Amino acid sequence: MRITRCLTLWLLLCALMLALLGSAQAQQDDPGKPLLEALASASYAAKSDAIDAIVASGDSRSRAWLEALNDGKLQQNKQTGQFVVVLANRGRNWPVEDALSGEPLGEMSRRELDRIGINNALRGQLRSTLAVLDLYVDNPDARLQAANDLLGQVDAGMVAPLEAVRDQEPSEAVQERLTEALAIYRLEQGDAQAIETLSGSLHPEARAALNGAAASDDPALAAQAKKALDGIEQTLKINRGFETLYFGLSLGSVLVLAAIGLAITFGVMGVINMAHGELIMLGAYTSWGMQQLLPGQPGLAVILSIPAGFLVAGLAGVAIERCVIQFLKGRPLETLLATFGVSLILQQLVRTLVSPLNRTVITPEWMSGSLVINDALSLTLNRLYVLGFALLVFAALMLVMRRTRLGLEVRAVTQNRAMARSMGIRATRVDMLTFGLGAGVAGLAGVALAQLTNVGPNLGQSYIIDSFMVVVFGGVGNLWGTLVAGMSLGVINQVLEPWAGAVLAKIIVLVFIILFIQKRPRGLFPQKGRAAEG
Amino acid sequence: MSLSSTPSSSSPLSHLWLTRPFSERSTRIFLAVLALALAVVTVLHLALPAGHPLHVSSYTVTLLGKYLCYALLAVAVDLVWGYLGILSLGHGAFFALGGYAMGMYLMRQIGDRGVYGDPVLPDFMVFLNWDSLPWFWHGFDMAWFAFLMVMLAPGLLALLFGFLAFRSRVTGVYLSIITQALTFALMLAFFRNEMGFGGNNGLTDFRELLGFDLRSDATRLGLFLASGVALALGYVVCRGIVGSKLGRVCIASRDAEARVRFLGYRVERVQLCVFVVSAMLAGVAGSLYVPQVGIINPSEFSPLFSIEVVVWVALGGRGTLYGAVIGAILVNYAKTVFTGVMPDAWLFALGGLFVVVTVLLPKGIAGLMTRRRKADSDTQLKEATP
Repeated sequence: MRITRCLTLWLLLCALMLALLGSAQAQQDDPGKPLLEALASASYAAKSDAIDAIVASGDSRSRAWLEALNDGKLQQNKQTGQFVVVLANRGRNWPVEDALSGEPLGEMSRRELDRIGINNALRGQLRSTLAVLDLYVDNPDARLQAANDLLGQVDAGMVAPLEAVRDQEPSEAVQERLTEALAIYRLEQGDAQAIETLSGSLHPEARAALNGAAASDDPALAAQAKKALDGIEQTLKINRGFETLYFGLSLGSVLVLAAIGLAITFGVMGVINMAHGELIMLGAYTSWGMQQLLPGQPGLAVILSIPAGFLVAGLAGVAIERCVIQFLKGRPLETLLATFGVSLILQQLVRTLVSPLNRTVITPEWMSGSLVINDALSLTLNRLYVLGFALLVFAALMLVMRRTRLGLEVRAVTQNRAMARSMGIRATRVDMLTFGLGAGVAGLAGVALAQLTNVGPNLGQSYIIDSFMVVVFGGVGNLWGTLVAGMSLGVINQVLEPWAGAVLAKIIVLVFIILFIQKRPRGLFPQKGRAAEG
Repeated sequence: MSLSSTPSSSSPLSHLWLTRPFSERSTRIFLAVLALALAVVTVLHLALPAGHPLHVSSYTVTLLGKYLCYALLAVAVDLVWGYLGILSLGHGAFFALGGYAMGMYLMRQIGDRGVYGDPVLPDFMVFLNWDSLPWFWHGFDMAWFAFLMVMLAPGLLALLFGFLAFRSRVTGVYLSIITQALTFALMLAFFRNEMGFGGNNGLTDFRELLGFDLRSDATRLGLFLASGVALALGYVVCRGIVGSKLGRVCIASRDAEARVRFLGYRVERVQLCVFVVSAMLAGVAGSLYVPQVGIINPSEFSPLFSIEVVVWVALGGRGTLYGAVIGAILVNYAKTVFTGVMPDAWLFALGGLFVVVTVLLPKGIAGLMTRRRKADSDTQLKEATP
């Protein structure tokens, strides 16, 4: 019996040993293990070879390994020799997972681990290697991004695989990019043929390569590169012109939005509404409040805040008209003072009720990012939306003034109040609605502005003077004038900015308007006829 | 509708422009009240010991001096708004320019006692690594030059601006808005460090004026009295202008500009002349304000300040001159009290004041005071407007 028991024990032990050996064998069998072991070798040259070997292996885990290596998160357990990927390297104990199987291994003390070191040369190699790896993914946008990253990063070892990739590439854009990347490499090697490929490129890396070639010792190459550079410079200039124009129009659209409500209250009704800026602010706060009501749905909040902003500011405007302005008919300077008082009250109200600090409105995903035209020109989407919105509001307002009964009545009351009243138009009601309309448009401006800047109690103040300038410059009582004036002031400002600086550009514009009013006291498009007198 | 109480032309002294202002009762009352107030404050400040309940502290003296400077600024605004019909929303710019001229003189007086100890350059220039004074800082070490510039700088700006604006007949709301643009543009400009006026921080850390230590009580009292005298002089000058033939053309062009022009008067010259005088008065007010407050920075250019000044005048009653003084002192006293007790409520109060005054009190406090004598003025009006 004793012998049999000993035997069973021995057999059990043997089985255990075998099992252990078997599992060790299984790990040994993983093709990744020798690859990682090669990485852990001491010499950087050997590591470089190991990286190439990993890429050549085509292992699906190679991206994860190389990224971890690049971040210094591929580490080896000092005792067991196990390769792990550190998930977070904060504190003393780091959560890790097995590099081969991807199983989480709990936490390991940082003392147990040994980082697989890399140097700058390897980092560069890893970068370009990772970029090439990305050229194999299915998503064409990701491939284009990867090809972009390769510009100026190509080295001798990558040429052959890249050419192979390019020939298989289905997307033309990616192909072009790869050709460019290869051309930059060839140009660096002194190949004059490459200049032709690069002469159409606007990418900074291509220009850097051409600049390098232009400074080279070979006169023929240098001359050719210079010519190509001049061509590119021309294209860039045009692109910069477009960019300035875009930023100018964008700023102009903000000015138009801010001023167009004023163009109605000031231009059509003759009421100087200094609280206009604060009505803009109310619109912006409505946008912010809507986002607080609908957390996590910024897109819906933005869309809903358009009618809400119009209503809130419009009702505030009606209230101002009923409580203050109707008592000051025909006394424009007094209206100015009274509405200024209203603006102070509204500002302080927001400071007391909400907060004196600025609030941020989240931009929904479909409004963030930019529209890329080419390497030198990309248009930020939120500004594009605001530009479109401004034009839409302008068109809608034109329609209201020209095609609706309210617009007809407003124009009638503006031209001859007494006559309009004797024709049965209730002038006080028209006043109230007109003022409400102007205020509501200010609220819309606020909703748009909330997408571009922070929302704060002083938001309105910074726009009120600009808005008045736009209305006065365009010619009072003329909506088209406001549009033209706002857009041109925006563009002038942006054109001046690069050589004068933002503040000086603004001062120059102000001085320009002051001088302009001397020349044409009634603005760009003065009203004609009897309505102009007064 | 005549807002001014016209001087009685039957007075035997009316042909002398120097004495004419005193022929009017309101001027005599105003000057008497001002002199009495100055005397009372001085006596209470000097004669009574510090613990006495009626003692006027040195802090209060400076505060009152500040009010007097504001009052002079308000008188200057009333001269153009009340009698010329020009609502200037940029008088703060002239006030600040006068203040900067004085500030530059005071800066040069610091000499090598600044933080960096440079004998010529003010501290902020050393800080910005400038190696020499900009050209426009030269001469400000001399008091007479600085005091001249206190009046000349705002005067020249007003001359240039007014020449352009009045020549092309920019009036009413347009004029108001471009005066506002003027002060706004100047504010932006003075915020820039490159302008050479200390940028954001402005000019401060002053030591002495004409050799008197600015921190001593005696100097403070002196500045207070100087502000009072300046206010009295400014008032008399304005009253003199208003009572003269020039003043009558002013009032006429305020009420019917085209008619006055058709009568053959060069309205723009009249407007320009009065506008420049008003700007100079504002500059003097600014120059007395700066040594009492101890700092001048670009916020004095802010459009808000200029509009506030207009409200002082509106509250006091435009077109009366003494109303502007009453309004300035009342509003600023209220501001001092409110910002001390309930800082949040001040803007509500100021905003409410704007609305209430314009809607309910179009003639201001002075209008309330003269209502008693309404019957009197009614007969005068009938005589004045046939």
